[in-house]
Amino acid sequence: MTSLPEPSAIKLGLVIDLDICVGCQACVVNCKEWNTSGYGAPLSDSDAYGAQPSGAWLNRVHAFEAGTGADAKVVHFPKSCLHCEDAPCVTVCPTGASFKRSEDGIVLVNEDWCIGCGLCAWSCPYGAREMDPAEGVMKKCTLCVDRIYNENLPSEDQVPACVRTCPTNARHYGDLGDPNSEVSLLVAARGGVDLMPEQNTKPVNKYLPPRPRRAANDTPMSLLAMADEATPSGFWKWVDSTLEKLG
Amino acid sequence: MRPAWSIIFFTSISGLGFGLAAWVVLGFIDLVHPQQIFGVGGLVMLLIGAGLLSSTLHLGHPERAWRALSQWRSSWLSREGVLAVLAMLALAGWGWHVFAIGTPPLWANIAAALLMAVTVYATSMIYASLKTVARWHHPLTPICYLMFAAAGGLLAILWLQAFLGQGQSNAFELAVLLALASAWGVKLVWWQIAGANGSGSTLASATGLAGLGEVRSIMPPHTSENYLQHEMGFVIARKHASRLRLVALGLGGILPCLLVIIDGGSAMGIGLALLLHMAGVFVERWLFFAEAKHTVSIYYGHQH
Repeated sequence: MTSLPEPSAIKLGLVIDLDICVGCQACVVNCKEWNTSGYGAPLSDSDAYGAQPSGAWLNRVHAFEAGTGADAKVVHFPKSCLHCEDAPCVTVCPTGASFKRSEDGIVLVNEDWCIGCGLCAWSCPYGAREMDPAEGVMKKCTLCVDRIYNENLPSEDQVPACVRTCPTNARHYGDLGDPNSEVSLLVAARGGVDLMPEQNTKPVNKYLPPRPRRAANDTPMSLLAMADEATPSGFWKWVDSTLEKLG
Repeated sequence: MRPAWSIIFFTSISGLGFGLAAWVVLGFIDLVHPQQIFGVGGLVMLLIGAGLLSSTLHLGHPERAWRALSQWRSSWLSREGVLAVLAMLALAGWGWHVFAIGTPPLWANIAAALLMAVTVYATSMIYASLKTVARWHHPLTPICYLMFAAAGGLLAILWLQAFLGQGQSNAFELAVLLALASAWGVKLVWWQIAGANGSGSTLASATGLAGLGEVRSIMPPHTSENYLQHEMGFVIARKHASRLRLVALGLGGILPCLLVIIDGGSAMGIGLALLLHMAGVFVERWLFFAEAKHTVSIYYGHQH
């Protein structure tokens, strides 16, 4: 049923720290690796070794630059499904293949029902859904539903693959419906934000903006100026004064 | 948005079919002989059916298309499918009634015509309901679809009247001209105002980085085009947009009107007018997709 369920008490999702992400793409690769052999059809590629390689990925890392001059900052920006509470991709689906779980809010695609019309991808403002080029069904982040509830895995592995693999700890997973969960406290402490709040999709995933940085000096000190200011001592003082005499 | 030929053909041809069907059930063409009933009915069914069949061509799994009839509670695409099936059933029932019993009562004819109109409305709402495409998400979008269906249908009626040798009135010709003019008039307004203010989203709101100052995209997440850019980042048409609008208006509006005025009595002349009109509607529908910008393109550095 593609009508949205009543908002669930548990809202599982991700919190992504833009202050920490270095854009290493490890989450992208581990996401592809896990999901090509997990839930649903493999995540296929087309022309993988050719001139125009393309393929379905559930997580992609953009890079943006924000600010100007010496204060400009490069921000690596991982983007995947935000598991929106008011998910337009669910209600537009004509077959009932696209659905939001009432128990934990995860948005999934039943690939056996999907007709591959692509309307859900059109309705998502974030570009979180991609058509599988080989299978002809819509693929999206499952929040690694086949890991997080999988009791055959050690407890430290019962988190989404992208979170497990992040070498900088920029990705956090938890229940954003519980105001006292670690992720909720993190969002509150760091002023976590929704992406495109004006689209009224009420995303569950939150992004932590980079921490404010000390403003750069108006006139950055040049290396030459630093060298001029430096007053040598000891051996270097003798070299300095001897060279001055020669000159 | 990528203009898929199957979708352009579907919306234009089924629109013409439903428009023609509405005028037929309202009695704008005299169906006396069985061959007229089956001929005209068959033509309408062919137009609608070809459109619907075409719409399944872009699917990843056309064999599952029947599943699309299930989610009419929430999905405009599903509603369109259900209504199209109902409309074709109603049309078949109407044709059978005309053949076996005689013209159905007025209320039934009006109800059938309304069903055709609601189906076209549902087609338009597949696009107009998407908040992510500002140009489509406008109250005039369904009006455009309905007006083109009505005008194309009337022009087709005029052609059928000439083709079947039925008398045409000047008043009806005038109605056809008015319908064509109003359809393109609404379209001209739509081109000016629909989505003119963008989606309301910016790279700053899309990234949550507004606090850092102006945000620029410096690197895409991959080395070559992906599905999102292929499907929603279509930009080829934009530089020719104003010329193509003139082509659409000329083919779909001005030339058919001139032909109706000059050669209003001949099946050949009006047939040509109808073909030109549909060519214009194809161009208009191609632009409908090609010119539309999706919010996801913001992440790829496009202004919105």
